Amino acid sequence: MRRAVAHNTALPPLPQQELPSSLTRSRVWAAWGFAVPTLLVLILIAGWPLARTIWFSFTDADLNNLDDYKFIGLENYLVKYDDEWLGLLTDPDWWRSVWNTVWFALVSVSIETLLGMVVALTLNVSFAGRGIVRAIILIPWAIPTVVSAKMWNWMLHDQFGVINDMLQGVGLIATPITWTANPDTALWSVVMVDVWKTTPFMALLILTALQMLPQDIYEAARVDGVHPVRVFFRVTLPLIRPALLVAVIFRGLDALRVFDLIYVLTANSRDTMSMSVYARQQLVDFQDVGVGSAASTLIFLIIALAVIVTIAVGRVRLSEDA
Amino acid sequence: MALLTRVGFWILVSAIALFALFPFYYAVLSSLRSGAELFTVAYFPERFDVSNYIAVFQRQPFGRNILNSILVAGIVVTLSLTLGVMAAYAFGRVAFRGRSILLMTILGVSMFPQVAVLSGMFELIRSFGLYNTLPGLIVSNLMLTLPFTVWVLTSFMRELPKEIEEAAIVDGATPGTIIRRVFLPLMAPAAVTTGLLTFIISWNEFLFALTFTLTNERRTVPPAIALMTGSSAYELPWGTIMAASVIVTLPIIMLVLVCQRRIVAGLTAGGVKG
Repeated sequence: MRRAVAHNTALPPLPQQELPSSLTRSRVWAAWGFAVPTLLVLILIAGWPLARTIWFSFTDADLNNLDDYKFIGLENYLVKYDDEWLGLLTDPDWWRSVWNTVWFALVSVSIETLLGMVVALTLNVSFAGRGIVRAIILIPWAIPTVVSAKMWNWMLHDQFGVINDMLQGVGLIATPITWTANPDTALWSVVMVDVWKTTPFMALLILTALQMLPQDIYEAARVDGVHPVRVFFRVTLPLIRPALLVAVIFRGLDALRVFDLIYVLTANSRDTMSMSVYARQQLVDFQDVGVGSAASTLIFLIIALAVIVTIAVGRVRLSEDA
Repeated sequence: MALLTRVGFWILVSAIALFALFPFYYAVLSSLRSGAELFTVAYFPERFDVSNYIAVFQRQPFGRNILNSILVAGIVVTLSLTLGVMAAYAFGRVAFRGRSILLMTILGVSMFPQVAVLSGMFELIRSFGLYNTLPGLIVSNLMLTLPFTVWVLTSFMRELPKEIEEAAIVDGATPGTIIRRVFLPLMAPAAVTTGLLTFIISWNEFLFALTFTLTNERRTVPPAIALMTGSSAYELPWGTIMAASVIVTLPIIMLVLVCQRRIVAGLTAGGVKG
């Protein structure tokens, strides 16, 4: 079980080399030779664009003419004109999108973890047809996000949608609900689709952790007549906690950059706009590269902070292992 | 009691399977109905109307969109695997200074929010004259797939025992030969798994494809489906959208059903990206 965690956040130790040092040196040179192409490509297509985005956030660049811009300092973020504060940090729409994203990440990951746990515990029992069910739950994960958003858009259609039809059929609602347009339900619709799509991923990660648990503890608990619920909270949960934590963190980081689902399901609606949707709207729809880049930079900082914390936690776990 | 538990268990299993399958089932069902039929809800197939499947190829260059997606994903997979296997040898088999910092950085890149590089990438692609071209999408998709490929292949590479390499070194083989003759055959299953996941990442990519293409002929499948409209303002485009959805989803579902063991192994080794 430890191993599953080590797998995710750090790698197992290198095989020891006990060969002559000239050979070792030539191997190191070769290693650099093999690593350099990847490193160069990554610098060109990830490092450089990131640096340019951060630089653009301090300029008044326009999407139509990217070569002609001037440095304006922090004005995209915050500026005082005639005793009035302006800029990204004063835009209620930006803060709305931050709140939407954080709320979405917290709620969807919590539900996915709970449901994922239920699915994983179910699939951990061996029964006829388990392989088929495991394959079936992979389907939502494999369907492109855009496609699943469209499928749900149709199912949630206010007039002709099957969800309203079902709920009316069993008498849960009296009149059809405009799921994706109503401010009260729009973000919940996004959560619902995300839960459908991502619970399988969560379940499979938890299932892998469950299947690595030593069986003798369960034997002992059974012999002692401990109640299964107690076994779950006292034995299973503490043992899979590290793997669960890694899965939750990865999902959380993923949820913070959500774009496809929200863009397709509810377009540029204020009620559901995520940070990524906001940044792209400024950048592409409003052609304002400066403000768009400022938003991108803030998103990067927020997620970078989360990543650094994640890796720090991973390191600590690694040193516990050694 | 035991019977009750069994019944409850099977209800749970059925509920899970139903929940996972229903949206796709409903998409297939809707894609086979057209015109005014879509104004009513149906739960079971009544007739087999393929007009949506024909319309989707007639009203827009959907065949071209599929071809674009296959080309982009195919080339991205090839490039990622080639670069990734070489880098994985360096990171997985040789101890050199700065190795773990570099690996951590690559892991960090794989967690980049796409939108964080959007304006810089836009400028890069435009300055190379790649705006609204497939090479532009290949370049931008590599940012998503390459870090992932390197990370997964490195963790597979480290699992291999050192003895297999030692014999080759004693025989005087160069690192290039060792990669080709020793590791490549052993890595084949891992490379297939990684390639599969890379293909899915690229096939599903939306933000770059939406932003870096302009005309319908150059789009890949996800933006093509997202921007699909009906032939008139009064027609519901849902029949054709569902047909398009089914067309692009079926191959992926086949792939997943055939390769589910490999995919699960790759996901747990990579631990990244849903």
